[in-house]
Amino acid sequence: MEKLVMRGGVWLFVALLLLLAAAASSDWAFSVHMSIACLAALIAAFASGKGFDFLSQRYPVLSADNASKYDDDLIRFGLIATIFWGLAGFLAGLYIALQLAFPALNLNFEYTTFGRLRPLHTSAVIFAFGGNALIATSFYVVQRTCRARLAFPSLARFVFWGYQLFIVLAATGYLMGVTQSKEYAEPEWYVDLWLTVVWVSYLAVFVGTLMKRKEPHIYVANWFYLSFIITVAMLHLVNNVSLPVSLVGSQSYSAFAGVQSAMTQWWYGHNAVGFFLTAGFLAMMYYFVPKQAERPVYSYRLSIIHFWALIFLYIWAGPHHLHYTALPDWAQTLGMVFSIVLWMPSWGGMINGLMTLNGAWEKIRTDPIIRMMVMSLAFYGMSTFEGPMMSIKAVNSLSHYTDWTIGHVHSGALGWNGMVTFGCLYYLAPRLWGRERLYSLRMVNWHFWLASAGIVFYASAMWVSGIMQGLMWREYGADGYLVYSFVETVDAMFPMYLIRAFGGLLYLTGAIVMTVNIWKTIAGSPLRQEAPMTETPYNPEADRPAVAVPAE
Amino acid sequence: MAFRIIEHAKLERNVALLGVFALVTVMIGGLVQITPLFWIDSTIEKVEGVRPYTPLEQAGRNIYIREGCYVCHSQQVRPFRDEVERYGPYSLAAESMYDHPFQWGSKRTGPDLARVGGRYSDEWHRAHLKDPRAVVPESIMPPYAFLAEKSLRTDDIVAQLTALSRVGVPYSKEAIAKAAADLEAQANPDADATELKKRYPKVQVRDYDGDPTKITEMDALVSYLQVLGTMVDHKKAASQQVPNEGAAK
Repeated sequence: MEKLVMRGGVWLFVALLLLLAAAASSDWAFSVHMSIACLAALIAAFASGKGFDFLSQRYPVLSADNASKYDDDLIRFGLIATIFWGLAGFLAGLYIALQLAFPALNLNFEYTTFGRLRPLHTSAVIFAFGGNALIATSFYVVQRTCRARLAFPSLARFVFWGYQLFIVLAATGYLMGVTQSKEYAEPEWYVDLWLTVVWVSYLAVFVGTLMKRKEPHIYVANWFYLSFIITVAMLHLVNNVSLPVSLVGSQSYSAFAGVQSAMTQWWYGHNAVGFFLTAGFLAMMYYFVPKQAERPVYSYRLSIIHFWALIFLYIWAGPHHLHYTALPDWAQTLGMVFSIVLWMPSWGGMINGLMTLNGAWEKIRTDPIIRMMVMSLAFYGMSTFEGPMMSIKAVNSLSHYTDWTIGHVHSGALGWNGMVTFGCLYYLAPRLWGRERLYSLRMVNWHFWLASAGIVFYASAMWVSGIMQGLMWREYGADGYLVYSFVETVDAMFPMYLIRAFGGLLYLTGAIVMTVNIWKTIAGSPLRQEAPMTETPYNPEADRPAVAVPAE
Repeated sequence: MAFRIIEHAKLERNVALLGVFALVTVMIGGLVQITPLFWIDSTIEKVEGVRPYTPLEQAGRNIYIREGCYVCHSQQVRPFRDEVERYGPYSLAAESMYDHPFQWGSKRTGPDLARVGGRYSDEWHRAHLKDPRAVVPESIMPPYAFLAEKSLRTDDIVAQLTALSRVGVPYSKEAIAKAAADLEAQANPDADATELKKRYPKVQVRDYDGDPTKITEMDALVSYLQVLGTMVDHKKAASQQVPNEGAAK
């Protein structure tokens, strides 16, 4: 009881400080943010008064009493948050895609311009959707593979809710124009500091759980999660070194300028892809694909080699974002060479994932969740081939600054990150809520085809528009002059922008089908009447922490 | 073949060891690629003419960042014939040495802006920012009419320049102390701009937004756009633009 009062008191004190900061603030965006944070601290004070798991106590569906004895309440929240932010991010993406085709959709209103909404879209899908998927699955996987409950349960809750606050602060900041202008690191200094606190706590919970493990070996998925958490901490800290203009203001200046700033930013930016969207998601793949396929990981040796090679090589690839710029040539060349070498460990992961289906290939026909996971690995393989190719300077001279890059990113994000996350969510939902199986497997199949078709429309439209624009920019006529003015190349892309938006619409529709399906699963609706597809059996007896048995 | 630095089984059983090995592994690339850029002299070759932004230009730059212009406009002309003909001489490292952070961008949904300064009139910029399609019918740029309405925030300009000087931009004490006056002077053709011109060589003084009654965000943004790429005299810098001769002392 005393502890609870203490905790509530600390939160109240924090809320008071934040209120003071809001009052003293030198710009209105900062005071809005401090007020949001103050509100969050008040909620935390209130929640700790009621006991930390107040939400799960109040709403039994969030703490479904299933067979598992693991600490899963948080993961249920994480699953819901992942879906929520996913829908928000996909919708924002569709909207800004339509803005590019129909600029009237900027609404002549400063908060809804493409420039402010674009970081909202990228952060929502990468950090909100992807980040929640990573946090939730890492907490799920680390408990199962260590056969131990989460270490520091209250800290774990702080990580989850603190991360949601980070997302809200970042997103509202973009709308108000609070940005550092560093792509994928747009949030300003105080939001960065907050994320640092949350992230270090995340590391503590994750490592603490690993230390509690009842298994002698640390499972390969946890290597990837661990390296993802450590590396993201390093990248975040270095890239965001900056000096606030005022301690009660939202703006800051980066410590780095020009060339150094560009190199640091793309060292960060490329490894946000490499560690957030690759190492972390490979960790998901290493647990959920073998589970869903009911086959062991194809090669243990390959997993060792590709793990170390991947994390070593990825870091070097950043300069391929800066080809032919004022960055010194030696750095560009290093970036290109390592990017090409990176193809191999990337495919090592793909091969290890796909070959895990050895002996279970028929599941692609019968199990739509496996089909989704296999498709995600196929897209992973495709985009990690496309990436090295685009990092070759000659190719890059054409592709850079065009929609080809956008297409490449989306075949990775929609195809690999999205699809593997959907697969994991489908795997998790019935298990977390103790349901017999998903409400509908046919709907998973619909989702699969909607998403796949959406990506095909998206990626092919962007290939055409990117390569077309790149060629138009450099087209010379017989008279020796440039043939096209810039705006003619913009005009030419209109049909491609429509097709891209249509692809996005299909993808969003698929995600809505998933939401309904998972919603019905959580609510415990009777299973949908449909022609059967096979389902991976679940044994609640085996899904529990190891209990020490005294020696005889 | 028996040579091994460490048994992998050891790493798999020891969290601390695994974490430290992973951290060291991911640190190497950054150390090799980033740290030398801070001490190899040829990274940024000195070029005559590059100066810190005036307070008004800097305020405009902050608006450029706030509105996410970098999302669609690059500021980096690559050394290709078509780019040099389309946009102007290719970008030099020194030209962004006072950019905290850089604005090189990654996408050209709109054209490159590294050398947009002086290409269009202030009036064109105003009309274009207010309603891009009034000037360029095929444009897909968002409208920024609100910039002409909003008064520019000037009360924190000393703090802005102070912060910039702390991260390495060479503003003199005097430049910082007189930042507010310099800002006013640049946007007002009738003001005494002699000191401003001394501190910021080749500074362009005029009423950028066409509204002499107040200094708006439009003033600041247009002044920033008009200075982009104009600081260096490219005829003088031409010798630096011969490939492979740049490093010669």
